[in-house]
Amino acid sequence: MNVLPISRLCLALVLLLASSLSLGQEQAEAPAAAETEVAVQAPAESSAERVQTILQQLAEANYREKARLITTLDQLSGKEMLPLYSAMLEGELHYLPGDLSLYRVTEAGEVTSLFTQQAAASVMADELEKIRVNNSLRKQLRESIARIQLLYGDKGEREIAAATLLDNMSDESIALLQKARASEQDVDVLGLLDAGIAMYTATTSDSTAERVSAVRSLSGRLESPVRNLLTQLADKEREDDDAVRQAAASALKDIEGKIKFFELTETVFFGMSLGSVLLLAAIGLAITFGVMGVINMAHGEMIMLGAYTTYVVQLLLPQWLELSVLIAIPAAFLVSGAVGVIIERTVIRHLHGRALETLLATFGISLILQQLVRTVFSPLNRQVATPEWLSGSWVINPVFSLTYNRLAILIFALVVFVALLLIMKRTSLGLYVRAVSQNRDMAKAMGIKTERVDMMTFGLGSGIAGVAGVALSQLTNVGPNLGQSYIIDSFMVVVFGGVGNLFGTLVGAFSLGIANKFLEPATGAVLANILILVFIILFIQKRPKGLFPQKGRAAE
Amino acid sequence: MMSGNALLERGGMGATFAATTTRWVVGILFVLTLLASMANLLIPQDSALHVSTYTITLLGKYLCYALLALAVDVVWGYCGVLSLGHAAFFALGGYGMGMYLMRQIGDRGVYGNPELPDFMVFLNWDALPWYWFGMDQFWFAMLMALLVPGLLAFVFGWLAFRSRVTGVYLSIMTQALTYALMLAFFRNEMGFGGNNGLTDFKDILGFSLQSDNVRVVLFATTAFMLAAAYVASHFIMSSRFGRVIVSIRDSEARTRFMGYRTENYKVWLFVYSALLAAVAGALYVPQVGIINPGEFSPINSIEVVVWVALGGRGTLYGAIIGAILVNYAKTRFTAILPDGWLFALGALFVLVTLFLPKGIAGLLAKIKPAKGSGNGDGGVAAEGASS
Repeated sequence: MNVLPISRLCLALVLLLASSLSLGQEQAEAPAAAETEVAVQAPAESSAERVQTILQQLAEANYREKARLITTLDQLSGKEMLPLYSAMLEGELHYLPGDLSLYRVTEAGEVTSLFTQQAAASVMADELEKIRVNNSLRKQLRESIARIQLLYGDKGEREIAAATLLDNMSDESIALLQKARASEQDVDVLGLLDAGIAMYTATTSDSTAERVSAVRSLSGRLESPVRNLLTQLADKEREDDDAVRQAAASALKDIEGKIKFFELTETVFFGMSLGSVLLLAAIGLAITFGVMGVINMAHGEMIMLGAYTTYVVQLLLPQWLELSVLIAIPAAFLVSGAVGVIIERTVIRHLHGRALETLLATFGISLILQQLVRTVFSPLNRQVATPEWLSGSWVINPVFSLTYNRLAILIFALVVFVALLLIMKRTSLGLYVRAVSQNRDMAKAMGIKTERVDMMTFGLGSGIAGVAGVALSQLTNVGPNLGQSYIIDSFMVVVFGGVGNLFGTLVGAFSLGIANKFLEPATGAVLANILILVFIILFIQKRPKGLFPQKGRAAE
Repeated sequence: MMSGNALLERGGMGATFAATTTRWVVGILFVLTLLASMANLLIPQDSALHVSTYTITLLGKYLCYALLALAVDVVWGYCGVLSLGHAAFFALGGYGMGMYLMRQIGDRGVYGNPELPDFMVFLNWDALPWYWFGMDQFWFAMLMALLVPGLLAFVFGWLAFRSRVTGVYLSIMTQALTYALMLAFFRNEMGFGGNNGLTDFKDILGFSLQSDNVRVVLFATTAFMLAAAYVASHFIMSSRFGRVIVSIRDSEARTRFMGYRTENYKVWLFVYSALLAAVAGALYVPQVGIINPGEFSPINSIEVVVWVALGGRGTLYGAIIGAILVNYAKTRFTAILPDGWLFALGALFVLVTLFLPKGIAGLLAKIKPAKGSGNGDGGVAAEGASS
């Protein structure tokens, strides 16, 4: 039945193309024609032609005509117009002045055919004219896209589309919502659709009872259009009906309570996220400083080396970007650990028992490492790419979402902590380390090779710092000063938590992180940092051994 | 100079090594200052012997650093308190002087406001913050430049020493202190010029800062203050107070058991040291012409420690030698091989701690054994200084 119009359509398209394109082009464009053919199959016979005419008219129409054409397109077609709308909305829709055929020109300047996304090799970007849109057109396009997505999209798209519709309710959109509601199965999307219908009822219905129950049903929804509407309804000057006003006010109160709760949760999460960064940065230090008693001022540079290892891994294996972070973790552990072992063997060993000298010497090493990185990589910051699976965020509701990279680092920090705890408590290395830190001479007398244990401990602490660097590279820029900005904070965490106590470091890191984030809204980031520092300085005066001092004979 | 003579008379029982070095240090400083000043002011510019004003300012800067190093040596070398925050006192003294100089600009700033410094006009402030009042008076500004760091040192030391925070903990705390101050001074809201600090000074006490004479006077004042500080420190260290200080360094617990309130001794020594650093800062600012929050950065404080370590701690003169040597090397290095300086400084830290624990002064003493000893001066016999 459909054979005739389809072949005519194909013919028309091919003719159009042939008028301006070379022979090779025809081959490239053939699938485009085929695609359009499939797409236009759904509507009635005559509408396919009308669609085609409209597409051509679109090229040289003025804004008002375009709006009218899009409305007609909406009625004539289904989801196949999505590429057209989105290209138009993003200002990427172009046409060839000769035959009025449509193309998409991407941001990079690449010309593709509109419906197949395949490159149209023979059309140069500068031959094409842009199809302009204004703000009211953009609004209309957004609504059209929302409509298509609401009816045909997957769950995420349907949710977004429903939320977009809430922004500007009209008679058409309510019809659309009701149509979508009839076929919708998903609870979340249904909630949004119901909210939209309730919003419509609350504003347009004549019956007070209906309006009040609609307003009540909106209570607890966190979408901002709902909040705006309720604010309007609760306003004396804009709403005459007392019952509606009261219902709106109480619904609004509910919503605000919920928002406050989520904001609090968010602050706690940000605090935990900062805490996890502090924990990662400090935990290696807790080993070298806390357990060995060695002040390693170059600890920050071990973190920096770890971050640069991530950068180098991405540079060497560009095709494995998604896995680069996972590859970088062991690599950074080895690099930083090896550097740590070298430092221990060449410098720290010879300064044994002279803590202040160790501090100075390792500070010198940190200067050398920083300058080395500056010389090798340049003093400028390096960008480390974030793999796909770490970017984006987990949207729990409209006011509360967690970014995947921060969530991953939080989990990673805890995993590292547990791993380190197991090493210290369950392995023979951990046993030796604890023995040496409690009584070096006695441990030696028992046959423990203390020098070897020192070396391994320092390597372990430095390696962990390197792993921390991998995590940090996902949050901040990687530069030669990366380590310096964490060294003082890390020392604060270890001293605050209590030296020689891994749990103290855990508690210290998270409490400082959360305290910082709770102070921040009131004081600003820098002042919060200063206040925390001053607090720790005062705290140490009161409890010189930190939150969890070591007890018993091992303490002195 | 009065106290120097008094000291020499007091120690008249026998010319000690330390008294001799005091005479040497003061003498060398005097001669050097006199020669450099005359070479700048009297010898014409085209002569080979002429010393440029740039060199004079550079020398003045070195002497400021030497005074700062002396301050660190007093607490570290003699009392075993490794402060990684002395740059804080130095910078606070500098800001005191900077505020005075800022007020002296008057309406010659870019915005021509007679009351407010440029950066305040830029931030749309309409009045001076309360802590800027009186800073246009030289005596008041200098009082503040000493009082504020002195008070900070007192409060910090009183808290820290009373609760017996010692060793590396104290070092890390002092470092946190200067870091916190640096962050604070970077804030525009603090009213100290934020990131850019205070600069663009015009004159001091009515004399233009650009003139050669003023430069030479500033340089000579620095030399004089250094000599005075040296003599005073030497006097303190050879007094009864100084002996208690050294005994605290060698064994604090034992000193406490003998009935001394060690924390009081440490606090006053710390305050004295902070005052020296503040004087150095106040003299530094008019010579270099700028003070900004970068002066607070922890690395500056640690650098001072390496000057003292290189020169030899617990000797006073070692600190001066170390400061001048390292800074001269820095000037040369950054001119010839800018990237190499941090390598060299880093290597210096490592090598000095590994191979030269007593510094240059220790080498000198090895070559020429001390003529006299046991005068209570910690001297080069600072065995247990590492604590």
